[in-house]
Amino acid sequence: MDLHLQSLRKQFGATVALHDVDLDVRSGELVALLGPSGSGKTTLLRAIAGLLPVDSGRILFGARDATGVSLRDRRVGFVFQHYALFRHLDVFENIAFGLRSRPRRERPAPAEISRRVNELLARVQLADLGSRLPDQLSGGQRQRVALARAMAIDPTLLLLDEPFGALDAKVRVELRRWLRQIHDDTGYTTLFVTHDQEEAMELADRVVVLNRGRIEQVGTPDEIYRRPVSSFVFDFIGRGAQIAGHARDGRFTPQGSDVMLPIPERVRIDGPALLSVRPHDLQIVGPDAGGLRGRIRQLRTLAGRTTLDVEMAGPGVTLEVDLASDQIGDLQPQGEWIHLAPTHASWFPAGRS
Amino acid sequence: MSSLVAVAPPQEIAPARRWRDPLPGFGLTLGWSLAWLGLIVLLPLSALVIRAADLGWDGWAQILSSTRVQRALWLSFSTALLAASIATVIGGLIAWVLVRYEFPGRRVLDAMVDLPFALPTAVAGIALTALYSGNGWLGQYLEPLGITVAQTPVGIVLALVFIGLPFAVRTVQPLLETATRELEEAAATLGASRWTIVRRVVFPPLLPALITGFSLAFARGVGEYGSVIFIAGNIPFVSEIAPLLIVIKLEEFDYAGATGVATLMLLISFVLLLAISWVQKRVSR
Repeated sequence: MDLHLQSLRKQFGATVALHDVDLDVRSGELVALLGPSGSGKTTLLRAIAGLLPVDSGRILFGARDATGVSLRDRRVGFVFQHYALFRHLDVFENIAFGLRSRPRRERPAPAEISRRVNELLARVQLADLGSRLPDQLSGGQRQRVALARAMAIDPTLLLLDEPFGALDAKVRVELRRWLRQIHDDTGYTTLFVTHDQEEAMELADRVVVLNRGRIEQVGTPDEIYRRPVSSFVFDFIGRGAQIAGHARDGRFTPQGSDVMLPIPERVRIDGPALLSVRPHDLQIVGPDAGGLRGRIRQLRTLAGRTTLDVEMAGPGVTLEVDLASDQIGDLQPQGEWIHLAPTHASWFPAGRS
Repeated sequence: MSSLVAVAPPQEIAPARRWRDPLPGFGLTLGWSLAWLGLIVLLPLSALVIRAADLGWDGWAQILSSTRVQRALWLSFSTALLAASIATVIGGLIAWVLVRYEFPGRRVLDAMVDLPFALPTAVAGIALTALYSGNGWLGQYLEPLGITVAQTPVGIVLALVFIGLPFAVRTVQPLLETATRELEEAAATLGASRWTIVRRVVFPPLLPALITGFSLAFARGVGEYGSVIFIAGNIPFVSEIAPLLIVIKLEEFDYAGATGVATLMLLISFVLLLAISWVQKRVSR
């Protein structure tokens, strides 16, 4: 089912947690809500689930207005960060909980419940563990039980709050792929919250970047990475450096330097600006090509890639440069002056974070 | 590594050492526990039983067949069980309110829960009598309605609820405090009604603690003397509790008879508490 949020607003006392958030999610999409802590991503997720009332705005599940609909009747599958499994019930009963809790008229017959739960147990690869108590499971297994429990009610939406937050790194990567697989098999419209940009970029169809209760950007992982719309998004997603300077007449001059870098036509910017560039979007050019001048501080080579730390002459910023090792020629590891030109970059007005 | 062939390291003959539990002091602490239990609990109790043996077969037959003794024991245990049940329900509710809601006067209410512990129970008995006797503050309105509290088992139950309440509250409270809201939220997202949430999510983890509170309140109620004798009126066959019967027998210098009744109380209490702890083990798996 598709989901539409229209100017959602939520305030806690004087703090505005959500500033008129608009978002459209297509049916069957897997969307990441990404942002630093305090950006409002969890608030947004809880508002969609109905765990938190909003102050104004509308939440639409398909064509149905769900804004005033109670938590119970929204029928969203919610996976909590710490799983919130019922410790006194075994895995089977945890998964069956939603079905057994239905009003008598809508409740499936016991045999049907049993069939559905066993099917879900198999889907989350816990077929043999139905009679275990949650305390007897590993973190990854609990996570899978929580997901199966949420899917048991055949939810209109699947919402996951930091689904991998409490797991160790290896399990996290495995579960990520596995979740993507489950999503592709079941086709539930899914939103998950994360503060880990790598997780969002790898798993999601589209990423929603939040900052201070506002949506900064919505796009595919590639769009977000290649064409960030703000300095915040650039900084939050991936590595890279930002150089302060001045833009005028399609040229950018870094602070304390007289280099003039051309700004592409599509970027309309004038006045104080930030040049933002990823490590792999820089190349070494000759001294006359008008590149940024800097001095190599460090040179590291690993698995065919070479990383240079280059201290810029003017602004004193250190740029990280990532090159294929066969491109560097015979550079001295330290102290050599080189010139760098960005092959791809973003410019943002300075003075706004 | 130069060779892939594993060479067995020279065998070290390890001295046969006893495996030691990493948690130290088991022997010492258990020893002291048993010593203290024996000295403080078991010794007086066995003295009681030995003393009761003086009764002989005839004496026991007489006690067991005495309607007054039977009535008193029945009254003591039935009122204690009923009062413990009521105290558990009310106490659970009080604990819920104290933990779950923020309201002015919460701390005061919290402190008040322990008052029945601090008060000499006789004072509680006198206060309750003043309230519920035929011409007391509440009694004068209840009497015309046909509800007599003072000098009836109703009064006894009331006094025992008062005495047992703190046990019920204090055993459940810490458990409620550790319970997370998230579980209830999870249940609600799965479509459970409020009643289902209370019944299937909130209540089951509390059950063992509720039973503990119940058994404490019950044990306290069976032995309660001070508060009850004031409000009960102590009418033989009607409102005379077993502990009072023991005191009466003592005052009549019927020591053997007194210990006989006491031994019976001890036996019944022990069996009931054992049963309760068995039930508790069942529910908490």
